[in-house]
Amino acid sequence: MPRVFVDGLTVDVPEGARLSAALGLPPVACRDLSGAPRGPLCGMGQCFECRVTVGGREVLACLTPATEGLEVRRG
Amino acid sequence: MIPDVLIIGGGVVGAACALDLAEAGCRVHLLEAEGLGGGATAAAMGHLVALDGSPAELDLCRLGVERWKALAPRLGTALEFDPCGTLWVARDDEELALVRPRCEAYQVAGISAEMIDARHLHEVESCLAPHLAGGMRVPGDAVIYPPAGARLLSEAAHRAGARIETGTPVATLEPGGVRLMDGTRIAAGAVVLAAGSASREFLRHLPLVKRKGHLAITDRHPGFLRHQLVELGYLKSAHGSDADSVAFNLQPRPNGQLLLGSSRQFGDDSPELRPALLRRMIHRALDYVPGLAELNVIRCWTGFRPTTPDHRPLIGPMPGRPGLFLACGHEGLGITTAPATAALLTAQILGRSLPLDPAPFLPSRFSELAHA
Repeated sequence: MPRVFVDGLTVDVPEGARLSAALGLPPVACRDLSGAPRGPLCGMGQCFECRVTVGGREVLACLTPATEGLEVRRG
Repeated sequence: MIPDVLIIGGGVVGAACALDLAEAGCRVHLLEAEGLGGGATAAAMGHLVALDGSPAELDLCRLGVERWKALAPRLGTALEFDPCGTLWVARDDEELALVRPRCEAYQVAGISAEMIDARHLHEVESCLAPHLAGGMRVPGDAVIYPPAGARLLSEAAHRAGARIETGTPVATLEPGGVRLMDGTRIAAGAVVLAAGSASREFLRHLPLVKRKGHLAITDRHPGFLRHQLVELGYLKSAHGSDADSVAFNLQPRPNGQLLLGSSRQFGDDSPELRPALLRRMIHRALDYVPGLAELNVIRCWTGFRPTTPDHRPLIGPMPGRPGLFLACGHEGLGITTAPATAALLTAQILGRSLPLDPAPFLPSRFSELAHA
């Protein structure tokens, strides 16, 4: 079971899961200009609502495999 | 005598006309088929730019930008007016050689413009690629949020007494008025056709074609960019007649998003994205701003510019149709030139002194309209 870190919190996710599975319930990835939470909507890389930062690069949580040890920062 | 004026179209041009005509004392009724600013206005970048395709175009742009600046404080912060200026970027010495005469032409037209050499280009805009040759800065240019512009102009027109009606499609033009889709006839002393590309639905012989464009926007990166950047070759794309062309155009939105253009296509009336053209547009941008490669595009869309054969809008009386005036065909300059169009058209309708030479924009310059 891969273990990833979301804003420093340890999260175990099922083998083969995407990072969107590590964002909690409800899953929060980033915030809009008003501060309202945004998260995975389409789950297939179209809506861009699940943007998170991994290794200094912005990625889509729904398309990024949750591999062991990834450090994820939410916007 | 001051006529009642009926305006067809609630895009930025129709809304600007509604405001000026209402403030000039006309009883104004604006009819928008769908929602305010929902057509070409909503798809536009919102760059208020002095463009010099011809001296007449530059003059119309100058008046447009000046009037937006005066309007901005009245219209409020939702306009997202940002006086960021434009930095025109030269790829090579050949393009840079065109900058000096261009600066002089702007200055003659009363528009401030300065040359920037290669050494200073990075001080002005650090994201630009190192191989670029220099550029021209036009500090008076600005940016707005176009759909808000149409809405705020309409609201200001309403406060000045105009009646603004949305969801009300016009079926046909008739002598002395229009007939709505539901059969209602509305009479007016003057009718202004400001329906962009849809204006042809009312006058089949208008020389207007749709010129499709793509835009893409990133998420927020405040401080990445200060000016709106445009390649000096932009005019070649804008005023050329190639079936497909792209030109680099990058805009900092006030919230930090980066809005990327531009493409121009004739003969594609489908709103679908064309990935091959979008790829060309993005690769073009990477030549100028390599750091864009690290960013995500989060939305893309297309729109249609209403384009005339000489790339100038149709502003003024329609020959052979007393009481009918055109304010359409602004191609990619409708946002910039809407308030200038409104000033010119208001003066034409009311027979007052004109703010600029109307001849280059008169519908009668096209033979198919002159003999209508």
